[in-house]
Amino acid sequence: MSENTISTLEMTCPVPLPVKDTVLLGHGSGGKLSAELIQSIFLPAFRSAALEKLDDQAIVSINGTRLAITTDSFVVKPLFFPGGDIGSLAVHGTVNDLAMGGARPLFLSVAFIIEEGLSMGVLRRVVISLRDAAHKAGVEVVTGDTKVVEKGSGDQVFINTTGIGLVRPGLKLSSDRACPGDAILVSGFLGDHGIAILSERQGLEFECPVVSDSAALHGLVAEMLDVGGESIHCMRDPTRGGLSSALNEIAQRSGVSMQLDEPKIPVREAVRGACEMLGLDPLYVANEGKLIAIVNNSEAEKVLEAMRRHPLARDAQMIGRVTKQDSAPVIIRTAYGTNRIVDMLSGDQLPRIC
Amino acid sequence: MRYIDEYRDAKIAHAIAVEIKQAATRPWVLMEICGGQTQTIMRYGLDDLLPASIELVHGPGCPVCVTPLEIIDKAIELALRPGVTLVSYGDMLRVPGSRSDLLRAKAAGGDVRVVYSPTDALKVAKAMPERKVVFLAIGFETTAPANAMSVWQAKREGIRNFSMLASHVLVPPAIRALLTSDSNRINGFIAPGHVCTVMGCGEYEALVRDFRIPIVVGGFEPVDLLAAVLMLVEQLESGAARIQNQYARSVNYEGNLPAQRIVAEVFEVADQKWRGIGTIPQSGLTMRTEYAEFDANKIFDLTQITADEPAECISANVLQGLKKPHDCPAFGMKCTPENPMGAPMVSSEGACAAYYQYRRNVIRKLDPAIV
Repeated sequence: MSENTISTLEMTCPVPLPVKDTVLLGHGSGGKLSAELIQSIFLPAFRSAALEKLDDQAIVSINGTRLAITTDSFVVKPLFFPGGDIGSLAVHGTVNDLAMGGARPLFLSVAFIIEEGLSMGVLRRVVISLRDAAHKAGVEVVTGDTKVVEKGSGDQVFINTTGIGLVRPGLKLSSDRACPGDAILVSGFLGDHGIAILSERQGLEFECPVVSDSAALHGLVAEMLDVGGESIHCMRDPTRGGLSSALNEIAQRSGVSMQLDEPKIPVREAVRGACEMLGLDPLYVANEGKLIAIVNNSEAEKVLEAMRRHPLARDAQMIGRVTKQDSAPVIIRTAYGTNRIVDMLSGDQLPRIC
Repeated sequence: MRYIDEYRDAKIAHAIAVEIKQAATRPWVLMEICGGQTQTIMRYGLDDLLPASIELVHGPGCPVCVTPLEIIDKAIELALRPGVTLVSYGDMLRVPGSRSDLLRAKAAGGDVRVVYSPTDALKVAKAMPERKVVFLAIGFETTAPANAMSVWQAKREGIRNFSMLASHVLVPPAIRALLTSDSNRINGFIAPGHVCTVMGCGEYEALVRDFRIPIVVGGFEPVDLLAAVLMLVEQLESGAARIQNQYARSVNYEGNLPAQRIVAEVFEVADQKWRGIGTIPQSGLTMRTEYAEFDANKIFDLTQITADEPAECISANVLQGLKKPHDCPAFGMKCTPENPMGAPMVSSEGACAAYYQYRRNVIRKLDPAIV
């Protein structure tokens, strides 16, 4: 051991990387990078009142009738996973985006981008699953498109669905309507979908296998609206980026902060375990059958009870409150009574090394 | 979760915090070595539970953070070569080298894959015999045994298309280097539980003896860390300096001997460069010549690259516990997890990233000039 160890230490930090000039996977992760992409490329190009709300669906009026319209592309890998597949997911994702705007989903378009060489059997399974999910959700597939790309230019099959629904009269659900004092409700256990996909992809096995929560939520939403009506200010399905990204977005658009109560956030034992193992935070993991509702405090208990009566929200919880703008958009109170920030995910959540 | 929830129990944590308050009569500076421990402290706000006289400073134990720049640059260069597949742990992908990172190399067409274990890296090599598969293997004593095992296995099974770009660092020489420094202000260490699971706590005896400093091997849950702080404070207040094992459910005196054997079989101790700190003598592991055919450094022609450091980055001071992340003018401004300027902002286990992720709002309240 030499004596002058530290005094000879030279600094060896990296120079900052140049401005991002290429699209990275993280730009599609629903976190900060996705938001940057939307703000810098898409919004300036397509600026419109409906788009600028940046909700999961646009609400447009035709002769006094309010329609909700949304589109979503599905590139999930593997195609089949515990609790669902790309076909049913393509229905649930779009139906849920409509439902979060308070709309009753009516019609779907479905476009398939198929990679050359895909087995007809696989395609048939996907299509049947999509048909069954649409049937169960009460939406009709009314138009579609097919493209086939060369082997290597796609990954088996990608699906795009566009949905149209009818918005309840008088309803104004939007991510800019959260008010200080509102209660924050979630419809059940978080992180199931993301962990189900990841464990299938990585070949991880757990004692109690985690199953995707993929489900159509418009039935649940309808019952909540029957009870809560206009006291429900905003609804979101926390898909990519998880609970944290959805709440950060709502907080920022509404100009408020949120205070969460960590022990009340429902996360399944197996999901917690998997997240521990993989170095992930369940608050950032994707869901496909859960919703967040921001509800006027006076009606929150009633809405929560209605949720718990519905089979898709038996484990619903009130997890926190909207506050006036504080030092960070979303702050969580730990079981220790200490506070920390729940930030938006920067890129993809990367499993850590140890 | 059994075996975890007990160590996150808020009542127990508060009870220990009260004991620490009663025990501490003087100011003490304690360093937790491991980035996983730093992460827990920040995530649960444990420093807020401690009396003001106890200062926690954060050590260099984030393997991703201290991996030298040229290793990242080499990995990126390899990833972009035709016929080469680079496999790595996920959190290495975002680590900036001098000009790029592995995520960008992947976007530029490089074959970069994430694995969860060295065995998986070997599987990738077996599945693609036509490609040269390079495993970017970094870490402390914790990851070294499994990494060594993959090379040993590759040799035994004759998997010729597998090689390892290795950068391993050792904890005790780093502690020694910190204690030798003129500017040292650390009164006690929380040693990293996972490293000690492999190496045992015996190898810390020499440090305790040479520097008369208490060292407590600590776990990673809130109750573990508070208990370790209490043990250190009790030692310091009574003038004791010995090695204590708080993480006895995982760590024993001599450690995991088969793991140590496989490390010694494949690696030998050598001088090692630490990103953000510099070269520390005998603080790393290099592959033995018997395994040269699996050493990516030897089988590929890799040019040495050096990089200039931004003058603003104070990571050397942060990694030595001399400064706090928010003492840096770039913290949260020019230097964020999206655009890290220095090592401790790179991985979620780095001290700067932990402060940024969990506590920058509190820092902002204290000093509006920062963030």
